[in-house]
Amino acid sequence: MSSIPADLKYLESHEWARLESDGTVTVGISDHAQSALGDLVFVEVPEIGKTVEKGAATAVVESVKAASDVYSPVSGEIVAVNEALSGSPELVNQDPYGQGWLFKVKPSDTAELGQLLDAGAYEKVVEKEAH
Amino acid sequence: MSSRALIFDHSRAGRTAKVQHPQGLAAQVPEHLRRKRRPMLPEVSELQAVRHYTKLSQLNFSIDTHFYPLGSCTMKYNPRACNQLAMLPEFLVRHPLAPESTGQGFMACLYELQEMLKEVTGMKGVSLTPMAGAQGEFAGVAMIRAYHRARGDLARTQIIVPDAAHGTNPATATMCGCTVVEIPSLPDGDIDLEALKQAVGPQTAGIMLTNPSTLGVFERRIHEVAKIVHDAGGLLYYDGANLNAILGKVRPGDMGFDVIHMNLHKTFSTPHGGGGPGSGAVGVSDRLLPFMPIPIVGKEGDRYRWLDERDLPQTIGRLSAFMGNAGVLLRAYVYMRMLGRAGMQRVAEFATLNANYLFARLRQAGFEAAYPGRRASHEFIITLKRQARELGVNAMDFAKRLLDYGFHAPTTYFPLLVPECLLIEPTETEAKEDLDAFVDALVAIQREAEQDAAKVKGAPYTLPVRRLDDVRAAKQLDLTYQPAAAASAGS
Amino acid sequence: MPFIPHTETDVAEMLRTIGVPSIDALFDEIPAALRTRALDGIPEAMSEMEVARLMQERADQDGRPLNFIGAGAYEHHIPAAVWAIVTRGEFYSAYTPYQAEASQGTLQLLYEYQTMMASLTGMQVSNASLYDGASALAEACLMAVRAHRRSKSARILVPATVNPTYLKVARTIAEGQNLKFDILPYEQREGTTQRSSLEAYAGQDITAVVIQQPNFFGLLEDVDAITDWAHANNALVIAVVNPLSLAILKPPGEWGTKGVDIVVGDGQPLGVPLSSGGPYFGFMTTRMEHVRQMPGRIIGRTVDLDGKPGFTLTLQAREQHIRRSKATSNICTNQGLLVTAATIYMSLLGAEGLEQVAAACQQQTNKLVDALTKLRGVKLAFDGPRFHEAVLQLDRNVGEVLEQLARAGIVGGFDLSQQYPELGQALLVCATETRTDGDIERYAKTLAEVMQ
Repeated sequence: MSSIPADLKYLESHEWARLESDGTVTVGISDHAQSALGDLVFVEVPEIGKTVEKGAATAVVESVKAASDVYSPVSGEIVAVNEALSGSPELVNQDPYGQGWLFKVKPSDTAELGQLLDAGAYEKVVEKEAH
Repeated sequence: MSSRALIFDHSRAGRTAKVQHPQGLAAQVPEHLRRKRRPMLPEVSELQAVRHYTKLSQLNFSIDTHFYPLGSCTMKYNPRACNQLAMLPEFLVRHPLAPESTGQGFMACLYELQEMLKEVTGMKGVSLTPMAGAQGEFAGVAMIRAYHRARGDLARTQIIVPDAAHGTNPATATMCGCTVVEIPSLPDGDIDLEALKQAVGPQTAGIMLTNPSTLGVFERRIHEVAKIVHDAGGLLYYDGANLNAILGKVRPGDMGFDVIHMNLHKTFSTPHGGGGPGSGAVGVSDRLLPFMPIPIVGKEGDRYRWLDERDLPQTIGRLSAFMGNAGVLLRAYVYMRMLGRAGMQRVAEFATLNANYLFARLRQAGFEAAYPGRRASHEFIITLKRQARELGVNAMDFAKRLLDYGFHAPTTYFPLLVPECLLIEPTETEAKEDLDAFVDALVAIQREAEQDAAKVKGAPYTLPVRRLDDVRAAKQLDLTYQPAAAASAGS
Repeated sequence: MPFIPHTETDVAEMLRTIGVPSIDALFDEIPAALRTRALDGIPEAMSEMEVARLMQERADQDGRPLNFIGAGAYEHHIPAAVWAIVTRGEFYSAYTPYQAEASQGTLQLLYEYQTMMASLTGMQVSNASLYDGASALAEACLMAVRAHRRSKSARILVPATVNPTYLKVARTIAEGQNLKFDILPYEQREGTTQRSSLEAYAGQDITAVVIQQPNFFGLLEDVDAITDWAHANNALVIAVVNPLSLAILKPPGEWGTKGVDIVVGDGQPLGVPLSSGGPYFGFMTTRMEHVRQMPGRIIGRTVDLDGKPGFTLTLQAREQHIRRSKATSNICTNQGLLVTAATIYMSLLGAEGLEQVAAACQQQTNKLVDALTKLRGVKLAFDGPRFHEAVLQLDRNVGEVLEQLARAGIVGGFDLSQQYPELGQALLVCATETRTDGDIERYAKTLAEVMQ
């Protein structure tokens, strides 16, 4: 069973979001998603300063056999990206909720966070996919 | 292990195959445009080059050496006569821009090929210019777009594809500036007509279909599909990847398709060449005739000439610098002449017989069919999900172990809909005893999987290399050879 | 039955195993109304001997005229060993190397090819080929739009001295994705791209500038200046080159101060016969930073379970079978067999051999120009430095002259009057190393007679 931290919010498409104390939202992909993709070989992160809409394809994670868009859980401006992934995409596999984060968004509307799934709802999504 | 050496390892400064080139000349190039450092090309003797590449060839599986049941790829025998006759010196030295008066023999072959392909597909026009299946697809969707645009129907930019479609279908639609809507397949492999009805509308440019589908079954309600799409104002595109299954039995034109591409390297037996050249001729119904890609061979009296922009002002345009893969077209022409009318109809018959025989034998041996209630077309799918679950041996493991038994693996993990699948296409040119031997091999691997799963998972053992580290290949990119000296100097 | 091995006994046993009475019964899922009647438009079968006779007659009808056209496809000597190996069944009848372990021959050859092309063009990486030079330019333009993240215009500047058919193909293929092509005029006296026409675009959002070297007229462009201008104006540079010419010309990786970004061209001069127009192959090389935007197959070297080196398809996540509607291109085949020919050709010739062939082409073309321009009514349009083609202007209708030459067994050049009407009755001629002094003399003599 994959890990689903209770303090995060999720999208059905397997992204997680964490509201930081500075008001930005950190985004990554779930443990379930990294395990389904297998060893990542490349991560394409967005440019800092880019404006994104909620649900827009913002990053790409690539394994040998699959490539997957990562959607932004909230609208806003990209304020940071995880540069370490360009040399070490395996960080996403090793530590999806920590060192494997992808990008940070400065949200234009924090209310959007309320529309995301909580850990319990996301767990049901994962279970459903297993069937 | 000299066969693993790179050609560069045989290279010695100052060694050349001198008989192959002029000597003692100096080019005249202004200083600032001149090359200063020679490119790193091998310096080898003729024998060294011949031996190196002959040895490399021997590392390959091929149709000439192995049963190659790669589903959806139609790996049938490529008759040697097709190659030899397409490579007659007069054809080889002909410049593509030479006057038509010096190419009447060549153009006669192409014109007759166009006519035969029209007849066998039931289409009204054929253009031979697309250089591969994917380019034929591009031409097809571009024609659909051009048709709607010419009618002022600008909103039609959506292409419908079934979820079982080849990846090229959605990729092509995107290249043509269309968006893609996927519709699901039913459990029996046919298209979900209700979903199709929901999907069509004034935004529908067309639908791209393969029939028989990539699931190895014939879409039985093709007439209803055609009606739904046509009534909504869309056109039907036929992906000819599986034309071998119906050659001489059913014609896409009669099924209601408006445009079709044919993979001459599949159905008409031109070589696959280690991944090309292909050839993706397109056929069209009446309404798409004005939009065909150019050039096309026309006939006036007993003279042949190239039709171009002046003859087809609404053409989608040119797809290649000249007229497509001419040499491949000549091979297809020779093949069709040798098959003739009756031979053409036997293609689908014996391709289907071989597939259904192999299917029946594998089921009798305990393998699970993905679509058990259906007749196989020229190919079929077995799923190894039970073996994966119970024995931990998956489709890739079976595929790799088959290589040890001297068979090229079937297509694995396509279509994406069927878990742990093998898509198997024997083609009509394989003999019964070869099919039997293939069944024996799969049965033996099944037994190995039950007794010693690790053995199967470690396969192959007898090939030039064992399983390769794909993750390393993608992460530590090594795409060109760097000589040791240069590499260390650079680091 | 041609190519079908089944005996009657085989068929009977197979039908029994399947449990159907006849082959026809296997088609029972196809609605009866759809079943094809006789294919009246297909002739009866011919034996191999008969079809060989037919094809030889067709070939004889076309004969072997003496060719002086280039214009994107060039007649070169191809060592006998090249096609003797290429047509070995193990290369000829294999497929795309999906099962890497069973395709190491093709894969290693492609890796060697990538190495040779990267070095020849002065770039870092090469793909395993595209369809032809024209479609490779189209793919390069699409790639430039993906690679140049800051440019929003999708506008490509294309000199009028780029092969006009290449531009047509680029328009056909890239139009659906809203690329815009602006044409840069050439200096009427020099036949090379006008620098002043570039200045009109200074400071604008340009995605890429295309440069063809040698240009369609066979002339050498000032590639350093154009490359530097493009980079100074934040545009990428796409080079279109003849690979043979790179044995003597500065490789695109060294153009200007930074080198170009993408290199494409047609590989036909490297061991591929003219064959009436194909199959040829397109090549593409680029910088490592753009490798994920490159279309087509790419081969990488890695290791197997035992740590032994081996080759495999890599970076497949860019491709249509995985990315589907978001792939870099819909391309799946390359032109593997032609790349096999080119790799063996380059191995046999080496850098020195290629240099000599290129020099011989240039020398013979110069001789041809000298011989033809001696005739009354024939003059050289542009006399700057050239590789192996030249534009001649005649004082009469080029089309008619060419037809008369063809009747005398000479294919005299490519008529430019359709695509470059401003040049008047102009003809693009080419002599490669395969045209001897005697051939050139014969052309000059025949043209003199025609021009009487």
